[in-house]
Amino acid sequence: MAPLYFKPNDFSEIPYAVYSDEEIYQHEQKYLFQGKAWHFLGLDIELPNHGDYKTMPVGDTSVIVVRNKNGELNAMVNRCAHRGNLVCVEDHGNLDCLTCVYHNWTYDLEGKLATIAFEKGIQGQGGMAEDFDKSCHALQRLKVEVYCGLVFGSFSEEIPSLPEYFGPEMCKNIQRVLGRDMEILGRFQHGLDGNWKLYMENVRDTYHATLLHSFMTTFRLNRLSMKGAVEVSEGGLHHLTYSIRSQDNDQGQYNAKEIRAQNDEIFLKAPELLESWQEFDCGTTLAIQSLFPNFSIQQLSNVITLRLIVPKGPLKSELTWWVLGAVEDTSEQRAMRIRQSNLVGPGGYIAMEDGAVVGWVRRGVAGAEGKKSVLAMGGRDIERISESRCNELAVRGFWKGWHGLMEN
Amino acid sequence: MENNSTASIDTDANLLQKIDTLNRHYGNTIDEDQLEEWPTFFTDDGRYMVTTRQNHEAGMPVGLILCENRAMMEDRISALRIANLFEPHTYRHLIDAPVIKEKSGNEYSLQTSLVCFRTVQASGPEIFCTGKYLDRIIDDGGILRFKERIVVCDSERIDTLIVIPI
Repeated sequence: MAPLYFKPNDFSEIPYAVYSDEEIYQHEQKYLFQGKAWHFLGLDIELPNHGDYKTMPVGDTSVIVVRNKNGELNAMVNRCAHRGNLVCVEDHGNLDCLTCVYHNWTYDLEGKLATIAFEKGIQGQGGMAEDFDKSCHALQRLKVEVYCGLVFGSFSEEIPSLPEYFGPEMCKNIQRVLGRDMEILGRFQHGLDGNWKLYMENVRDTYHATLLHSFMTTFRLNRLSMKGAVEVSEGGLHHLTYSIRSQDNDQGQYNAKEIRAQNDEIFLKAPELLESWQEFDCGTTLAIQSLFPNFSIQQLSNVITLRLIVPKGPLKSELTWWVLGAVEDTSEQRAMRIRQSNLVGPGGYIAMEDGAVVGWVRRGVAGAEGKKSVLAMGGRDIERISESRCNELAVRGFWKGWHGLMEN
Repeated sequence: MENNSTASIDTDANLLQKIDTLNRHYGNTIDEDQLEEWPTFFTDDGRYMVTTRQNHEAGMPVGLILCENRAMMEDRISALRIANLFEPHTYRHLIDAPVIKEKSGNEYSLQTSLVCFRTVQASGPEIFCTGKYLDRIIDDGGILRFKERIVVCDSERIDTLIVIPI
């Protein structure tokens, strides 16, 4: 792999090669996606019945997630042990066993090879080699754990359990947002024109929020000066940033000329878009959490979303959004969530720029493989917590975690 | 019976022609960047939603874009003009002939196929969306307006972002 030129223990300068280099990409597949990290495989409510399955990408690898006859979730690589064909071609469904259509090899819902077509040959002729042992040719299994309805899988047997992997601060927020019966209100995907890490940097970048997303500032809806913080788990691997509704005194900064379009005359004609209720006793109005490497959970007012960014080669990625509601929602609350969902997704008032900027940075850094970006807002360290969200510490934390796995 | 049926075909032909014209105006208005006119194709309480086939068939209520009245549509357009940041681009709609699914008084339900090409600045045109309109149209004293227009995209996947209505 190309040398990365990170300074020892300093993740405030990032070589642009990480967004385009093919060797780095392959290394990531091996050490990160198939390495010691947990990967989001969907929600357990997506697979309510025995035999329900869906396919999910873990990096470049297609993975089958299936609920077995005991109600447990299994995950295995979607690759026949015979010749590598996709076992499940459709992205979801229900079945009793997994059958590869190519030569009709079947597997049980644990991934064990059950039957082989013409195993004993035809009329005594042919058949599998005598030394062939079916028990050695199962589908490759992933370790699976579920936390608050979120299903994760890992290729690593040594990886700590999910609560330990996330750490107590991160678990607390996952519990707060998702620790109840949830339902899916919509799922959307968009293709992004750049490397997946550009999007994860953006998720962790609390500095850009009110600068890039001028919907909020134009319609005078949010300020970076609301009370809140950005914090990271030990080692910087995961992050959480949040705002709590409070008196906003810091108008000065935002009336400065360098901030785009400020106009007192501009208001929404349909302010019901933002009608909300205080869903959480803590008063949190915004919480963005990233779980290393490529998954995140958001609470934006009453819009609750999950995001997964999957690499599609070094220069492309694919983002999936799950928009969630709580089963206990009243019809009014549900209607508010659905209306507020205009804020998120590929057409989201305060999300669309995040998709666009991935492509712009990709184009901006083309030909700059030997150069570096700078992440020095809020210093160069990775503090555990900062009350100022004008800070890139969580982005530095991502790179520390990424570098740690890539150095393996 | 035969006469009635002929009359019904004639009425349908007239109606379909009017709706076809409405759709062409609708497409042209967007393609020619007269987006401030776009909400006027709807009734005041008109509903506009862009969704995907998968979400639609699963009965998912959240849209890629969801406007529950004309004011929300006007907000979409002003946000696009003054707030949201995106690379300038234009659409070209090809809208198929409408098919009437249901008639009830002055209200009609229709389904119409569409293709929407997108051209981003210097890069060439690409197919941005193929799909169908599911419409409820009201004849309000001779003026046809959308009471509801649901755009169902065939693909679950949108390229980069959607900001201009389809």
